[in-house]
Amino acid sequence: MTVESTAARKPRRSSKRTSAKTPAKTPEGSGPQLVQLLTPEGERVEHPDFEIDLSAEELRGLYRDMVLTRRFDAEATALQRQGELGLWASLLGQEAAQIGSGRALRDDDYVFPTYREHGVAWCRGVDPTNLLGMFRGVNHGGWDPNTNNFHLYTIVIGSQTLHATGYAMGVAKDGADSAVIAYFGDGASSQGDVAEAFTFSAVYNAPVVFFCQNNQWAISEPTEKQTRVPLYQRAQGFGFPGIRVDGNDVLACLAVTRSALERARRGEGPTLVEAFTYRMGAHTTSDDPTKYRADEERAAWEAKDPILRLRTYLEKQELADAAFFTALEEESEALGKRVREAVRAMPEPDRLAIFDHAYADGNPLVDEERAQFAAYQASFAEEGN
Amino acid sequence: MAVEKMSIAKALNESLRKALETDPKVLIMGEDVGKLGGVFRITDGLQKDFGEDRVIDTPLAESGIVGTAIGLALRGYRPVVEIQFDGFVFPAYDQIVTQLAKMHARSLGKIKLPVVVRIPYGGGIGAVEHHSESPEALFAHVAGLKVVSPSNASDAYWMMQQAVQSDDPIIFFEPKRRYWDKGELDTESIPGPLHKAAVARAGSDLTLVAYGPMVKVCLEAAAAAQEEGKSVEVLDLRSMSPIDFDAVQTSVEKTGRLVVVHEAPVFYGSGAEIAARITERCFYHLEAPVLRVGGYHAPYPPARLEDEYLPGLDRVLDAVDRSLAY
Repeated sequence: MTVESTAARKPRRSSKRTSAKTPAKTPEGSGPQLVQLLTPEGERVEHPDFEIDLSAEELRGLYRDMVLTRRFDAEATALQRQGELGLWASLLGQEAAQIGSGRALRDDDYVFPTYREHGVAWCRGVDPTNLLGMFRGVNHGGWDPNTNNFHLYTIVIGSQTLHATGYAMGVAKDGADSAVIAYFGDGASSQGDVAEAFTFSAVYNAPVVFFCQNNQWAISEPTEKQTRVPLYQRAQGFGFPGIRVDGNDVLACLAVTRSALERARRGEGPTLVEAFTYRMGAHTTSDDPTKYRADEERAAWEAKDPILRLRTYLEKQELADAAFFTALEEESEALGKRVREAVRAMPEPDRLAIFDHAYADGNPLVDEERAQFAAYQASFAEEGN
Repeated sequence: MAVEKMSIAKALNESLRKALETDPKVLIMGEDVGKLGGVFRITDGLQKDFGEDRVIDTPLAESGIVGTAIGLALRGYRPVVEIQFDGFVFPAYDQIVTQLAKMHARSLGKIKLPVVVRIPYGGGIGAVEHHSESPEALFAHVAGLKVVSPSNASDAYWMMQQAVQSDDPIIFFEPKRRYWDKGELDTESIPGPLHKAAVARAGSDLTLVAYGPMVKVCLEAAAAAQEEGKSVEVLDLRSMSPIDFDAVQTSVEKTGRLVVVHEAPVFYGSGAEIAARITERCFYHLEAPVLRVGGYHAPYPPARLEDEYLPGLDRVLDAVDRSLAY
């Protein structure tokens, strides 16, 4: 039943009642409910609940992570345009949300990403070139999830929130004190699986942090098409806290995620973090944002750029000198070159790989079809082709 | 020898108990599986003996049950989840098909998901809508899943043991109308591999292939045919994915005739797959076209019509006669 139809059947109590056809305006990403430690102008501000004290080196490290992640992302976008990748899902604009949350994690924590968590993967030590295999079409994920405690990218949105919850239930059963983090977007918040993950994690008090990057758009659908209340408020109905953080503020993302992870480790259960941010690019290289959103909107968000604001802060506070920025620029170019060369050098998958790993314990049908396929392929070689 | 006579339900219960005892990583999960012991009491007494951490009552959310089981398996557990009835599996179908089935291949073999999804299935108990369906073909069609169904107490016990030990996800269809049928169970004599078919009754004139609830009907049909002087072999497939085509081929090369029987709709059903493959393998041995007996291309009917919908003795014998008439 739609909200409209419910409202339509209610008797009119007042001529001032709001029209049921006008969705409640999504609250802006500002005001007291938004945790912010670094303003868009690069000014440090305090928040009573979320303190953070980082050394100059740590601050430069966060800046470096964001710059290199953006450079990697730009290279991948270019490679898609050059025909080297079939598709790319850019994280442009979401660097602070990903680096801030990613750097809050301990090595023994476990990450369940969507398909856009290139910055989190970077923080986990996954070689960025490994992220490109699935977009080039040579594999479905080129890394061992257990090496970096970073699960494979999940394309069906929201599915991984349940995997994260189950994994966290297992962590609790094992008596371990690590935590689990599940990434998803504002669009995925509409999925039943996300609601079920909230239910299960609350009921079993699972040590999981749900990190929603509200980047305002699910392909062409705005957040207003997903929810009538601010997303972080959803958590309340499930019985755990929800926090909205400035997703373009790497310090706030780090502090809030660290706090939520600590809470999980203390056995106090799940937290929903809504990182209020913006996807500056397209959903993927297949869509065209100019068809569904105004240029002014992107311009307004560019003023909140997560990388620029940290740079302003570093420069104003004299926490980084020109040599640092020059060296980082060179490192950035080298990363781009390495990624470009690695993609072009990726070997074509073996033809028989179609049949590899369909089953762990084997399957006679797969064996039969593999033999038929191999014989068919071999017949061309025999003909001298 | 530890040979006992027990029902399929009891054999499943004993098997799950043994699995919980043997491996501390085995978990039972589902709606009502704890205190109640499941609506069919298959998990009766297990929570009392193994605790709420091992036998877990879940929220009423099938996608959540399978999705969290995947997460637990990723952490090293071996969850056995119960879907309360066949028609309730569809909210979990996405997790089963897009995640459970594919994660091993997607990870190039790095991830193993030893998850068993138990589904009481099929009709014949006078139930209401969504409680009597046979969706096995929908799962058998998906690479990465194995789909099995026992027809007797011994198989129920041993196939569950094998399913729990398998590193592949297994969809374990339990023939609910046979839960109370008793048979002999030898808890020491280990049977053949999970995917091997079994000759339930030897014969020479025609082969009946069935699995799960239809094996009993086919054995009755074979006995009735014997009275008319027809020797009918009954093959219990046991596994619908993979299918033991070698066993079907061996039988058909002997008898020259094949009738496949299942409760599920015939259209796009497992009978179609068996007919096609056996026609390819045994073209010159067949004395008649492969015939199929099963449900109709209609929603499962209200209980008072289910005897018309489900293949019974007469419909199977009619197909036997039609095949032998060629």
